[in-house]
Amino acid sequence: MKKTSIVVSILLALAIAVAAQPGTILLNAAGATFPYPIYSKWFDVYHQKDPNVQINYQSIGSGGGIRQLLAGTVDFGASDGPMSDDQLKEAKFKILHFPTVLGAVIPIYNVSGVSGELNFTQKALAGIYLGTITKWNDPEIAKANSGVNLPASDIVVVHRADGSGTSYIFTDFLSKVSDDWKNKVGKGTSVQWPVGLGGKGNEGVSGLVKQTPGSVGYVELIYAVQNGITFGKVQNASGKFVKADLAGVTAAAAAAAKEMPDDFRVSITNQSGPTVYPISSFTWLLIPAQISDATKRDAIKGFLKWMLTDGQGYNEGLAYARLPKPVIEKEMKAIALIQ
Amino acid sequence: MTSTATTIPHAAPPYSGPRAFVQRLRHGDEIAHLITLTFAAGILLITSLLVWELWRTSYLSRTKFGWHFFWTQTWDPIFDNFGALPFIYGTLVTSVVALIIAVPLGLASAIFLSELAPRKISDAVSFLIDLLAAVPSVIYGLLGIFVVVPLMRSWLGPLLINTLGKLPGIGKLFAGPNYGVGFFTAGIVLAIMVVPFIISVSREVLLTVPREQREAALALGATRWESTWKVVVPWARTGIMGSIFLALARALGETMAVTMVIGNDPKISASLLRPGYTIAAVIANEFTEATGDLYLSALIELGLVLFLMTFILNGLARILIVATERGGGRPA
Amino acid sequence: MNRALLIWRKSLNVVMLTLTGVAALSVVSVLFLILGYLIWHGGASLSWSFFTQLPKPVGETGGGMANAIVGSLKLLSLAALIGLPIGLMAGVYLAEFGGQTFSFVIRYTTDLLNGVPSIVIGIFAYSIVVLPVKHFSTLAGGFALGMMVIPITVRSTEEFLRAIPGTLREGAMALGASKWKTIATVVLPAASGGILTGMLLALARVAGETAPLLFTAFSNRYWSPGWAQPIASLPVMIYTYAIAPYDDWHRQAWAAGLVLLALVLLANLGCRLALNRGGNVRSV
Repeated sequence: MKKTSIVVSILLALAIAVAAQPGTILLNAAGATFPYPIYSKWFDVYHQKDPNVQINYQSIGSGGGIRQLLAGTVDFGASDGPMSDDQLKEAKFKILHFPTVLGAVIPIYNVSGVSGELNFTQKALAGIYLGTITKWNDPEIAKANSGVNLPASDIVVVHRADGSGTSYIFTDFLSKVSDDWKNKVGKGTSVQWPVGLGGKGNEGVSGLVKQTPGSVGYVELIYAVQNGITFGKVQNASGKFVKADLAGVTAAAAAAAKEMPDDFRVSITNQSGPTVYPISSFTWLLIPAQISDATKRDAIKGFLKWMLTDGQGYNEGLAYARLPKPVIEKEMKAIALIQ
Repeated sequence: MTSTATTIPHAAPPYSGPRAFVQRLRHGDEIAHLITLTFAAGILLITSLLVWELWRTSYLSRTKFGWHFFWTQTWDPIFDNFGALPFIYGTLVTSVVALIIAVPLGLASAIFLSELAPRKISDAVSFLIDLLAAVPSVIYGLLGIFVVVPLMRSWLGPLLINTLGKLPGIGKLFAGPNYGVGFFTAGIVLAIMVVPFIISVSREVLLTVPREQREAALALGATRWESTWKVVVPWARTGIMGSIFLALARALGETMAVTMVIGNDPKISASLLRPGYTIAAVIANEFTEATGDLYLSALIELGLVLFLMTFILNGLARILIVATERGGGRPA
Repeated sequence: MNRALLIWRKSLNVVMLTLTGVAALSVVSVLFLILGYLIWHGGASLSWSFFTQLPKPVGETGGGMANAIVGSLKLLSLAALIGLPIGLMAGVYLAEFGGQTFSFVIRYTTDLLNGVPSIVIGIFAYSIVVLPVKHFSTLAGGFALGMMVIPITVRSTEEFLRAIPGTLREGAMALGASKWKTIATVVLPAASGGILTGMLLALARVAGETAPLLFTAFSNRYWSPGWAQPIASLPVMIYTYAIAPYDDWHRQAWAAGLVLLALVLLANLGCRLALNRGGNVRSV
């Protein structure tokens, strides 16, 4: 029966073609969209350096990274909001945090007639996201932007629809600068946003702001740079308006670098200092302390070592700041904790 | 004495009880019957398992919130307070908007195809419309984002705000600001997706109306339109209702196209131009990241609610359509 | 007065009938609009690299969707393996063997399964295939799609078997064939054209499904070996790329959409044309 033999041979060919090649170590990871550009670059470069290691990273948001790590469906996770004590308790196994890069969360906007940088006071950002400031020419925004012709149009607020570490960083900042925000909404990867549209991932928020006139959103710096979206300056704890850049982010991490806690969980938003960018943050890889599969464990450890040395060289090209030296040294020691 | 009686091949000898069963098993027929029966029962098993799994995994949420789940508006993952109301609202509103657009369009097209168009053209056009039903929903989503949303934002939204939005009462439905995404946009995309179902079923149902009905009306002096609208369509009324229910069930469960254009905001608002959220969209967005068992359980309970809604509607639709096709329709 | 009423009725007649024509025309033109749009935007991005390369890191232009195309094929073959035999056998049962009440129950349940929203099927597949092994996998995705294939296959198999005239069956039995032999060697081959096209239509339908894959097959930036790893698929890639801000990704989403739509429409076109020679296929 010619037909059956053809079918069988096709099936066999398919089965062989897609069978795993011996020696390939497949790692599945998921999590934050904040560092996705640098992670995808790193995993790609590392794969070329060591073709046996394939790290499949899906950017589904920090909340997703934490969840899937807890559920055990991924080998490691990634999040820009450090796991809370409750979440760590919920895990049936010990989880280690490894900072990877320093990044900045910036306010992006799409306002007709405004092509330059807008200055956002702390009150302005809180008010916009609380829904108390609804027009672009509101006095709170106007007073920091004399000379700019702000239209009287409605502000379209965009936030994250998914569980997001970027949201965590942003709401952490808002909670520090606005008691109203702290009491009404709080900080977290998924909060009850008073107003606004939800975009999926940093990608979704950038996409929405890019396409929606009158909108404002918050994303990681590289997303605005890569897509040519205007972003503004934010007022820091010392009262100065700072535009996000590597220097400002590194300054924010200076204090933390000296006193990094052992578990690496620290918040660096709203730090004091004239050049500090106020919405800065570390982002972490969440790695289980016990990995039973030796090949996977060695692959992860190998990657971490590379990431902390050669990998850091790629950060600045993608607008992330390098980790401070003391932090790198501390992390190198902590890699030994993975068993 | 030799027996002249020949045994009929495959006839079961008259044993009873277990021996009879085993005896029958020797025949290919019974085996075939059993095999196919097993597969058929497998479907029963799978579906029951599905319902059971939904019920079981939503346990935490059901026990914590009880019936309050249905009228709570908050969806707060931080304080673990979940309510289904905004999503039920969004699901229903988008589907109703879709039907308001799709039913007149679909019914009119079906009338054209069954009453006016020559058979060949009618068949060809129905064929093309059936193809429209086969387009995957993510492609509708693609077009939603890059065609419908900009359209809404640039001229349809302002048009609605300036015309219908100025009227008393109904004006609240079309109040600004104009986001581009929102309930109405999702409704438009859904309408395009369900219109082929309405057309396909309505056309078939209209074709079953006996010729005598039309001819009697025409003989009494009715115009073509009058005979169609006042005699033929009412005759097929239950079947057409069935097609609407079918379309509604399809719209309720639609995920991808909606989540790409609805704005993902779990709020209830009077204005159709504001962003909203549907059950299917929130599950798609938040399922993989529901940190916390209660959160996940709440999402699954939403899935259960959606399942029940579509179950009831599909059941009603089937009854109506089958009733029309069998009974030949009767003005109810 | 009578004359005025007559003119009113006549003009209403013309207007309404024209409107129905306009309605039908606009619905059909939507189909062509979709096709046109996809060809216009997607055609330009279709290149050799699209079909052969893996995705590039975020923000870099280029790369392709080779893994997603193969991924969709793998998922479909799994869905076929799981769903088609069950659908076929159940359809045979309903058409040939069924008793009154049990058949009713099976048909009702099949309809129920058909009406389940695809996202809920995804939840089901997640809880019984992904959670126990703690792994997103091609298997889970194929299982979810297989569930959706079953009801469509059952219905079309039953329809086409019933369409075979009883005389054919009786003729075979009169020649001494047992029931199962009749079905296997006479009825099924006679209905095979319709049944196969029904199966192909079922596969075409699930080829475009995205929601059930979101948390079963997940996605993968590389080739997915074997069946137990996450896997990329065309619909999920389209979704991911469409909601992102990168223009290059948008172009690739259009191209992928075109490929997907072309496959689905070609399958549908082929099947319906083949079937229309002998009857109508309801899309519902």
